[in-house]
Amino acid sequence: MNASPAARLDYLLQLADSSLILAQQLGAWVGHAPALEEDLGLANTALDLLGQARHLLSYAGELEGKGRGEDQLAFFRNEQEFRNLTLVEQPNGDFGHTIVRQVLFDAYQIELYERLQRSTDERLAAIAAKAVKETRYHLRYSASWLVRLGDGTEESHARVQQALDRLWPYTRELFDATDADHELASAGVAPLPSDVEPAWSARIDAILAEATLKRPAAAPYRWYGRLGAHSEHLGYILAEMQHLPRSFPDATW
Amino acid sequence: MNARAAGSGPARRAEERAWQVLAGVPDPEIPVLSLIDLGVIRHVHALGADAIEVGLAPTYSGCPATTVIRESVSAALQAEFKDVKVVDVLSPPWTSDWISADGRAKLERYGIAPPDESVGSPRQLWHAAPPIRCPRCGSQRTRETSHFGSTPCKALHRCDDCLEPFEYFKCI
Repeated sequence: MNASPAARLDYLLQLADSSLILAQQLGAWVGHAPALEEDLGLANTALDLLGQARHLLSYAGELEGKGRGEDQLAFFRNEQEFRNLTLVEQPNGDFGHTIVRQVLFDAYQIELYERLQRSTDERLAAIAAKAVKETRYHLRYSASWLVRLGDGTEESHARVQQALDRLWPYTRELFDATDADHELASAGVAPLPSDVEPAWSARIDAILAEATLKRPAAAPYRWYGRLGAHSEHLGYILAEMQHLPRSFPDATW
Repeated sequence: MNARAAGSGPARRAEERAWQVLAGVPDPEIPVLSLIDLGVIRHVHALGADAIEVGLAPTYSGCPATTVIRESVSAALQAEFKDVKVVDVLSPPWTSDWISADGRAKLERYGIAPPDESVGSPRQLWHAAPPIRCPRCGSQRTRETSHFGSTPCKALHRCDDCLEPFEYFKCI
């Protein structure tokens, strides 16, 4: 069975938008991180995510066939047209909060991209094969910080536990399958989100154990950023990210 | 390692000439390496007497040098060929394993510790910190001071013997 072009396009936008929005968020740390090394770490992670988003958006634009390139898709779509996970649009908070968000996301991306390397969509498989190596390196950084903060002082432990409790409800969305997900899975384009969960969970549990952090209970409320229903934060992120190209549409430098 | 097409006659000569040109095109951020040493040139195909196509593999997804690399490949080949086409090759992905043995030696002489021998080596797979050799004094008593560095491909280290800081080309 083949997946419909609409489902494939939407899926590419989900992947691209999560990377793009998180890159934008991490970029806000430049010049503000606790130390120069952390400035470099967050900025370099952002750069890889931005590169991945660009590959995905370019592909999405070609698939759509309406002449929209990566810039058109990044800067001239509105909030409801963005398909990123609600998790990545959550505010940076303090450094520990950013690290918790990063660990939850990196661990998910590794499991997802490892499976996408075997996608029947060859171009997506190639992008995934490239991204997974970069993402493994990101997790080494983010997880090492989570362990240091969780297993650090009382203050640092309390702060990252609080961040974990706050962000945990947004992880449910990572594994909820839509009709389009079933269509993509049966065509071999993408794994079913629920198939990614056990491996993600095992990875996260191991990191939390080392960080002496407690895994929060599952939350009943669901988020649907992947379907375009976002939290209140995305609009502000887009306003900042899209301001310049929308004010000066053909600006170049 | 690099896929050289087995053409014949003029096509083959054109491709050989293109490889010679490319051997002289440096990486924009680590100029001691040529693009061939870096392992980003995937193929060179003659498309006619005076037309050439080069397959280029980007290193990191977001590396800003990718654009500069593409432009310098075009510029260098345009001096020799009328039509130059540069195409992106995403698969198989570039890894630090694509850096040639010659390239690794050049990196070390330049003061950048080359990547671990393979991304598939047990100590990489098991995430054990590989002992990185100081490019200045050769000591293995070194430690990582920053997971990331001045470019996406490098991390920062310090030698506990000669006390000098140095860059390490990440094994990825």
